[in-house]
Amino acid sequence: MESFTVGIVVFPGSNCDRDVSWALEASLDIKTKYLWHEASDLGDVDAIVLPGGFSYGDYLRCGAIARFSPLINALHDFVKSGRRVLGICNGFQILTESGFLPGALVANKNLNFICDDVELDVISTKGGWLNTEHQEKGIKLPIAHGEGRYHCDQDTLKKLIDNELIAIRYRNNPNGSTFDIAGITNKQGNVFGLMPHPERACDETIGGTDGLYTLKALIIN
Amino acid sequence: MDQFSVKVFIRLRPSVLDPAGEATKSASNKLGIEGIKSLRIGKMIEVKIESETENDVREKIDLLCDRLFANTVIEDYEYSIEKI
Repeated sequence: MESFTVGIVVFPGSNCDRDVSWALEASLDIKTKYLWHEASDLGDVDAIVLPGGFSYGDYLRCGAIARFSPLINALHDFVKSGRRVLGICNGFQILTESGFLPGALVANKNLNFICDDVELDVISTKGGWLNTEHQEKGIKLPIAHGEGRYHCDQDTLKKLIDNELIAIRYRNNPNGSTFDIAGITNKQGNVFGLMPHPERACDETIGGTDGLYTLKALIIN
Repeated sequence: MDQFSVKVFIRLRPSVLDPAGEATKSASNKLGIEGIKSLRIGKMIEVKIESETENDVREKIDLLCDRLFANTVIEDYEYSIEKI
């Protein structure tokens, strides 16, 4: 059997693709493959990461142009097949713009680009991206974004709560996100989008390992 | 074929906080301008398009606004069309 391979999507302007690859390969011994945004054949990857960065220069809105790439087009069938997709930061913005996840991400309330470690409460373990131990203790992950304020209307928020789709919430909301939301999953649980960067928390020497579990969860079948 | 000029205005929905607008409002007050009750920042997109009829233009612009120019989760749009 071919070894499990995680595809890491590279858009013009992605800048966390190599961090994700490093975290998966060196920290977790998971095979990775870069996927150029023009690729539409996703047949030889088993899970996909949409990494952080500034796809297409974040022109118009963050993630708005990326939505029209051949790869995102092919991602619809990929997600329907039940395979797993993790969208980190700009990847989360792309997932909302493309309609894989509800809501939108807009400019931080204080207009600052925030680069910091944040404490997060783990609300739901849907999809197995996080576990009950995280729920008891919480996790700490770095954030680095200017447009990370999660916004949705009250109906959407109610659906997120009722269906246990809110995975993580900020303990001290840094950006004004609705209901302190930092990350959500889809109903099936195979798509997870979050503003914090798990790939930057995969080694004690760079400040923590709370991101390892979520990256490892890419290989859950 | 006629040519049309379209001006599309995109605004954050009233329920979405506009911190850039708030900051600009605060700066406007520092300039000594009084009476500003609200200041919100949007986008304007100008499109020149060739088409048979204005209705045809309207259909195309509606699609562009709905799918690309605006994210209707957070933004509203309106536009004006002028034959040139």
